[in-house]
Amino acid sequence: MSLATTQSIAEIKARNKELIQEVLKVYPEKTAKRRAKHLNVHEVGKSDCGVKSNLKSIPGVMTIRGCAYAGSKGVVWGPIKDMIHISHGPVGCGQYSWGSRRNYYVGTTGIDSFVTLQFTSDFQEKDIVFGGDKKLVKIIDEIQELFPLNNGITIQSECPIGLIGDDIEAVSRAKSKEYGGKTIVPVRCEGFRGVSQSLGHHIANDAVRDWVFDKVAPESKPTFEPTPYDVAIIGDYNIGGDAWSSRILLEEMGLRVIAQWSGDGSLAELEATPKAKLNVLHCYRSMNYISRHMEEKFGIPWCEYNFFGPSKIVESLRKIAGYFDDKIKEGAERVIAKYQPLVDAVIAKYRPRLEGKSVMLFVGGLRPRHVIGAYEDLGMEVVGTGYEFGHNDDYQRTAQHYVKDGTLIYDDVTGYEFERFVEKIQPNLVGSGIKEKYVFQKMGVPFRQMHSWDYSGPYHGYDGFAIFARDMDMAINSPIWKKTKAPWKEVPKPKLLAAE
Amino acid sequence: MAQSAEHVLDHVELFRGPEYQQMLANKKKMFENPRDPAEVERIREWAKTPEYREKNFAREALTVNPAKACQPLGAVFASVGFEATLPFVHGSQGCVAYYRSHLSRHFKEPSSCVSSSMTEDAAVFGGLNNMIDGLANSYNMYKPKMIAVSTTCMAEVIGDDLNAFIKTSKEKGSVPADFDVPFAHTPAFVGSHVTGYDNALKGILEHFWDGKAGTAAKLERAPNKKINLIGGFDGYTVGNIREIKRIFELMGIQYTILADNSDVFDTPTDGEFRMYDGGTTLEDAAKAVHAKATISMQQWCTEKTLPFIADHGQEVVAFNYPVGVSATDEFLMALSRISGKDIPEELTRERGRLVDAMADSSAHIHGKKFAIYGDPDLCYGLAAFLLELGAEPIHVLSTNGNKAWEEKMQALFGSSPFGQNCHAYPGRDLWHMRSLLFTEPVDFLIGNTYGKYLERDTGTPLIRIGFPIFDRHHHHRSPVWGYQGGMNVLVKILDKIFDEIDKKTNIAGKTDYSFDIIR
Repeated sequence: MSLATTQSIAEIKARNKELIQEVLKVYPEKTAKRRAKHLNVHEVGKSDCGVKSNLKSIPGVMTIRGCAYAGSKGVVWGPIKDMIHISHGPVGCGQYSWGSRRNYYVGTTGIDSFVTLQFTSDFQEKDIVFGGDKKLVKIIDEIQELFPLNNGITIQSECPIGLIGDDIEAVSRAKSKEYGGKTIVPVRCEGFRGVSQSLGHHIANDAVRDWVFDKVAPESKPTFEPTPYDVAIIGDYNIGGDAWSSRILLEEMGLRVIAQWSGDGSLAELEATPKAKLNVLHCYRSMNYISRHMEEKFGIPWCEYNFFGPSKIVESLRKIAGYFDDKIKEGAERVIAKYQPLVDAVIAKYRPRLEGKSVMLFVGGLRPRHVIGAYEDLGMEVVGTGYEFGHNDDYQRTAQHYVKDGTLIYDDVTGYEFERFVEKIQPNLVGSGIKEKYVFQKMGVPFRQMHSWDYSGPYHGYDGFAIFARDMDMAINSPIWKKTKAPWKEVPKPKLLAAE
Repeated sequence: MAQSAEHVLDHVELFRGPEYQQMLANKKKMFENPRDPAEVERIREWAKTPEYREKNFAREALTVNPAKACQPLGAVFASVGFEATLPFVHGSQGCVAYYRSHLSRHFKEPSSCVSSSMTEDAAVFGGLNNMIDGLANSYNMYKPKMIAVSTTCMAEVIGDDLNAFIKTSKEKGSVPADFDVPFAHTPAFVGSHVTGYDNALKGILEHFWDGKAGTAAKLERAPNKKINLIGGFDGYTVGNIREIKRIFELMGIQYTILADNSDVFDTPTDGEFRMYDGGTTLEDAAKAVHAKATISMQQWCTEKTLPFIADHGQEVVAFNYPVGVSATDEFLMALSRISGKDIPEELTRERGRLVDAMADSSAHIHGKKFAIYGDPDLCYGLAAFLLELGAEPIHVLSTNGNKAWEEKMQALFGSSPFGQNCHAYPGRDLWHMRSLLFTEPVDFLIGNTYGKYLERDTGTPLIRIGFPIFDRHHHHRSPVWGYQGGMNVLVKILDKIFDEIDKKTNIAGKTDYSFDIIR
């Protein structure tokens, strides 16, 4: 049982503040001072969550964050299916990120699609000493010979590239010329750059701008006839099929989706996006950069939306429709009406099982705020949330549109803090990543991975909401959580233990 | 609309419906600028040919789908095998996120490890401050008994000196002067995860045995009767180490498992998160210098550690991932010889049961052709077992295998009539394996989870043995070593063989024959 529901807001705020002070005690003074700025209790009416963000992680604290390479190869570029993405450097980065993000796509893998292949330059000591440019030249030639139907190549830099002075831009230009203007994109996403995945997203966005958009002749026509209803889905990585269960709604309301960025995406879709009438942006954090660029350069407006849970879906469909004529506005209403019976049935089935349950989140991208509405649609309450690599604009959006008064906020949470918070708050569910999953399950706390959807999904759209509801129910109401204590052990006070 | 609250469809079924199929077909046709299907088909067929194989094997620079990871993963894996030890990887922080995810996805367990979170400024000025702050934070927050330091390629490229950094950190008071902080340089651009395992383990033993980086006296070896055992990097560490302990106990041998991570990767769900659990005690790690001998279960995981131990006056014996009858025989006989203890009747009976099982099932596995890939020792152990089953390990491929491994594999093939058509492929990847499976097909493939792509593309049924196994659960809890482990491997192989026969004979009205009840 959650303690949160039995307390007043004032009590919760006091408890949360006390909790923050308590966790800070474990740190050496300097670290405590730095971490204090990332922890807060949300005050309603404030314009942001009152935490510092997008700052360096502190050494040795067990941050959950990844790196710029993960942000570029793992998030933005990796899902573009008809291009080959070279993990350029030693073998590990590509190996650990190989196929693990569930960016669904359809294609003939290894022939015209390459998402679930691991291409690496597998750097050896000699490549570090003598540089890797010659090897890269050869790699591109070998790719062209063995994978002739690839539509382009990206070079995803791992740490050593920027340290040994390789000129991957020069190699890319030369090879592009040699192969008749082939799209070859060097990406400077070395893992040591920036403070998290976030800079990798930005660098990857800029690489699309500089090495895809700027290479497409402005007068070049798309291969399709434009319509007034052309939109592009930006910032949906099609995890478990999310972009598909979103696309279907946009198309049902009468829009035409001309590109998906980047889940199940293709180079042709990237190139055609400047022809869109509106960019609809789901993951603001990872793709606001390119959306702003397209607004400035091509005059394409962009609009943030949220396809988690019916309340936000309805709001978003109407918001998107607001950019178009009555035909689309009517289409949005038609879609909302069509799915209302499904929504009603899902809520009728699952809400009674989930009503009043509390959730703590710690995720990346858009999810620390975007999924809150979906939980609320099921009668659940998010009592703590934080971003792995958010910026202040994320916390502003969170404060202004999502979290309730008294919510515990933790930016770039450390392993220690997260365990303590969960131990004391005792939520009914924790939603975070693979590194956190088993920690909390050992503690007896139901858990769902909210990066990979715990191998389920999609969670976007109306079809996804049904799956989301089912999954949260099966996590929280699994009979296994009643069996974590051996019957012959004395029943302890209802308190969870974190590791010392 | 196919979705309903009564029967919720997730990705496995949802997208197969006509609405989604139509949507995806339109997307492709209208916006993806797809290749001509005939051209796709032509290239797909071409990629199966001997001509393609030749080009594929001529690759000099590109690696596609390697079956290896990088050094620090192995270092982390070894380090958590010591009591209350926190692995600390010096360099960029994203690496640590990757190691932790990778290990958690395989073991379905927490994986605790910290990073010194070096960024641009550390790339310029070095990571000394990151080490100083990092050690202090880790020590205070996670109360380890030991912090085992290794490195990412970033720290190696800029040349950070761990020995000096740790010394300075201690002087600055990050951790007490006598706190154990062994270290190993583990550059990702040298070797693989098995190399990292080796380096980290050697670093830890060196720390305890050779005077803790100049801060203590070197240990004087006072030989005792104990035997040290090193498991090596092993996805089955949980099941295997427990089986080894059982064998040691049955034989009445005093032993120390070095880097015993069998508990930390198999903690109970009982309301408590154990960041640390089990492991070789630091005292035992130090005292291991006195042992009579050290046995490594994986030669290529201990190429530096074993000579280091031998230099301290112990006998060292290396195996190559012993699986099956003869390999287990040799292992037990080595234990018996070193310890002077007899092999107990109980183990002899277990041996007899494995031989019994192999005799019972021999007809189904004899002459079957296999391809295997994985770490060098695992490949050797599995190939040797297949040979004693009368099967043929036609293609044996190890991305992190070297020339010496190849020679050893070829010698193994040469020693058996069933090995005459078998070849070892060192330094090759799974895209090479794909060509091998198309041009010289085999009946079954043995490998890790990534083998499922090969299974799909080439139609070769996959038997999952190796690391990582992400898409099947809990197999790491059962041993593959010892006679009992051999039995587990045998059953795994047989299940796949029988499933495949059933799959090929289960069309009613067409293949009613051969769909047998008794086999």
